[in-house]
Amino acid sequence: MPLLELERATVRFGGRAVLDAVDLEVAEHEVVCVLGPSGSGKSTLLRVVAGLQPLDSGQVSLDGHDQARVPAHQRGVGLMFQDHQLFPQRDVGGNVAFGIRMRGEGKGQQAQRVSELLELVGLPGAARRAVAGLSGGEQQRVALARALAPRPRLLMLDEPLGQLDRSLRERLVVELRELFGRLGTTVLAVTHDQGEAFALADRVVVMRDGRIAQSGTPLDVWQRPADEFVARFLGFDNVVPATVEGSVAVTPWGKLPVARNAPQGQRTLLVRPAGVRLVAADAGLPCTVTARTFQGTHVTVHLQPQDGPRLAAACALREAPEAGDTVGVEFDAAETVVLD
Amino acid sequence: MAVPVAFFAVFFAWPVAAIVARGLKADGRWRLGRIADVVGQSDIRHVLWFTTWQALASTALTLLVALPAAYVFARLDFPGKNVLRAVVTVPFVLPTVVVGTAFLALVGRGGLLDELWGVRLDTTVWAILLAHVFFNYAVVVRTVGGLWSQLDPRQEEAARMLGASPLGAWRKVTLPALAPAVAAAALMVFLFTFTSFGVVQILGGPTFSTLEVEIYRQTSEIFDLTTAAVLTIVQFVAVGAILVVHAWTVRRRESALRLVAPETTARRPRGAGQWALLGGVLATVAVLLVLPPAVLVRRSLDGGFGYYRALGDADGGTFLVAPIESVVNSLQYAVVATAVALVIGGLAAAALARRDAGRLVRGFDALLMLPLGVSAVTVGFGFLIALDKPPLDLRQSWILVPLAQALVGVPFVVRTMLPVLRAVDERLREAAAVLGASPWRVWREVDLPMVRRALLIAAGFAFAVSLGEFGATVFIARPDNPTLPVAVARLLSRPGDLNYGQAMALSTILMVVCAVALLVLERLRTDRTGEF
Repeated sequence: MPLLELERATVRFGGRAVLDAVDLEVAEHEVVCVLGPSGSGKSTLLRVVAGLQPLDSGQVSLDGHDQARVPAHQRGVGLMFQDHQLFPQRDVGGNVAFGIRMRGEGKGQQAQRVSELLELVGLPGAARRAVAGLSGGEQQRVALARALAPRPRLLMLDEPLGQLDRSLRERLVVELRELFGRLGTTVLAVTHDQGEAFALADRVVVMRDGRIAQSGTPLDVWQRPADEFVARFLGFDNVVPATVEGSVAVTPWGKLPVARNAPQGQRTLLVRPAGVRLVAADAGLPCTVTARTFQGTHVTVHLQPQDGPRLAAACALREAPEAGDTVGVEFDAAETVVLD
Repeated sequence: MAVPVAFFAVFFAWPVAAIVARGLKADGRWRLGRIADVVGQSDIRHVLWFTTWQALASTALTLLVALPAAYVFARLDFPGKNVLRAVVTVPFVLPTVVVGTAFLALVGRGGLLDELWGVRLDTTVWAILLAHVFFNYAVVVRTVGGLWSQLDPRQEEAARMLGASPLGAWRKVTLPALAPAVAAAALMVFLFTFTSFGVVQILGGPTFSTLEVEIYRQTSEIFDLTTAAVLTIVQFVAVGAILVVHAWTVRRRESALRLVAPETTARRPRGAGQWALLGGVLATVAVLLVLPPAVLVRRSLDGGFGYYRALGDADGGTFLVAPIESVVNSLQYAVVATAVALVIGGLAAAALARRDAGRLVRGFDALLMLPLGVSAVTVGFGFLIALDKPPLDLRQSWILVPLAQALVGVPFVVRTMLPVLRAVDERLREAAAVLGASPWRVWREVDLPMVRRALLIAAGFAFAVSLGEFGATVFIARPDNPTLPVAVARLLSRPGDLNYGQAMALSTILMVVCAVALLVLERLRTDRTGEF
């Protein structure tokens, strides 16, 4: 039995379905990350599970029990808010202890659990500090400790690292991953950042307009995006309509090789940047280099073919042509995916 | 929500309905023609005309005098600014009776100007106008200055960079942003002066009479309750119209403006112009706001503490009890009225602050403001004719006075609490709920700590308002239990220097109590953007 189960969960705001018949299961100890652009309904999903947003139809179950009549404060789930929502008039310890206090535990137990948790999130001895004086990263840690303190059966995170700067985010995502593994916490997180989702989750759920567009392991989703929307949302731009016959796809870029067992007929084709190989100008598809952007490990070369939409190619810094150069392009079947 | 609605139904809607019935119904039939009859009388037409033009003149004069001060408070930084702000605010919570007496002491018979130059203004309209400016100066300074101090000066700088002259930038950028606040303040002042009672009652003499004073005169001197009721209806309609326009300007003022912390926008005065402006404002405050109360205190001390000592004697003439006992009465009433106003206003504000509050509830918001605008005299008169017979006969009950005062105090409580309650982030409450706090715990753990100060401030306002309340109380206070303002008015209506001096002394006491209440508030107050 899954810990959390949503069945055809639907929420409408003024006639528009923000959640549209969503089915989702989260097993115990699983870390699931919901990924989607803003407005895709992912925050509403969390609010529905927390009991802060009533369903228009459908059902939310925790441990197999329908939660329709259970108010938020009795659901036993934790929610870390997007901008943390620490209580400004309490110090760090008062914030972390809040959930334990609501369960009526004694002062001694509270103090012990608070110091335990602050230790866990890397802020030992911070209990007396005022929340106003905390940095963004520290606030995030306190919010996490506060959410974990009452030992929720399900921990939900709303854009957990959204407002932090990049290096801090990358460090914290690793810490979170380790922490959840160690504690065996069941986690349902939402984010719009694919890197965060892939680093954090056992399973990624991509949402679009209140519906689930794809669900799978990070590797699955990355390798085989379900459709053009998912592919573009993951940052792939080389997406074109194609007609597949056998191992050849007819596209605006010409005939491209695809895997022999690829689905046939009218399809959408994705070529990863690594699959766009630059060759001599007189071979392959002739293109003009419009720009090159440095990505750290490689260079992305932006190409304008004579016909057809633009292409992005990944290549090593040494081999990258200059803007304005004319190059030829060949396509690698191993990096080409026929979608749906 | 149910409690405030019931309170307003019984103590406001019903009395108003009773007034309407009293005025327009005779022998079981509606006589709408009576409005035309009453308004057609030449002396009533004169009253209507005077009420309107003196309100217009007072409003214009107040804006003229107070707008420079709004600028000075918003944009200039100078030592003693906080003290000055408090000084400017005190007059607004001073009881109208005190203001009237103070101006009487300044410009009236044997007043300061009379002594110095033989000038008396108490029989002219100028005394009324000046007293109105005194009273409403703070409304303009607080409403306009509060917003002005939060307008981002960089907006003007951006306009300058785009080629606007300093004056052009002010006219194109700042003025449009301020205009709704100026309009709202002007309407507030118009409303307050349109329904002015205590000031006109004391300074107007037999010549000048506003609608409010006329209603009171018809009731207590001519005993023509029907005419009084009709006049109340006329006033009710006029005030309702003003309030609708006011609500509309307030909504426009809430339109998206980029606001910044007020501390960041004020600067030391630079150049002769700004220094002259600051000096002018200080001089105006000294002459217009500080001088009248100072003269009042001095007059009350003519011949030492004799008048104060006389307050302790029941001379049997003016009162059934010693005037000093009115202090105790007033304090007792004020405590009860404050408690009632806090409960009713607090519940109403909590209901109004809910984000899912529907149109109906928001309409109630406007309704709550009615007693403030509709004027105390309406409330008092309504109580007088509605609550004196079964099913609810409170005529003999002391609770009647605090109830009327609470009704007038509730809008202040709501106005003070509402912005603070609205500012509590809904997601903080949600965070608490998810952590296991029941709705009641959420209120106690999240809301209460954040609104505690506002609650104190609201209590202080309600207390000051009910202490100084005159218009409603004068209808319903029993002769053996007068409140401070009622006692002052009664003393003034009697001839003789002793009575006059005692009125000054009692006024001084009232003024000191109110000023102390306000100064305590001012220390508690951090947010200066409110309307009061």
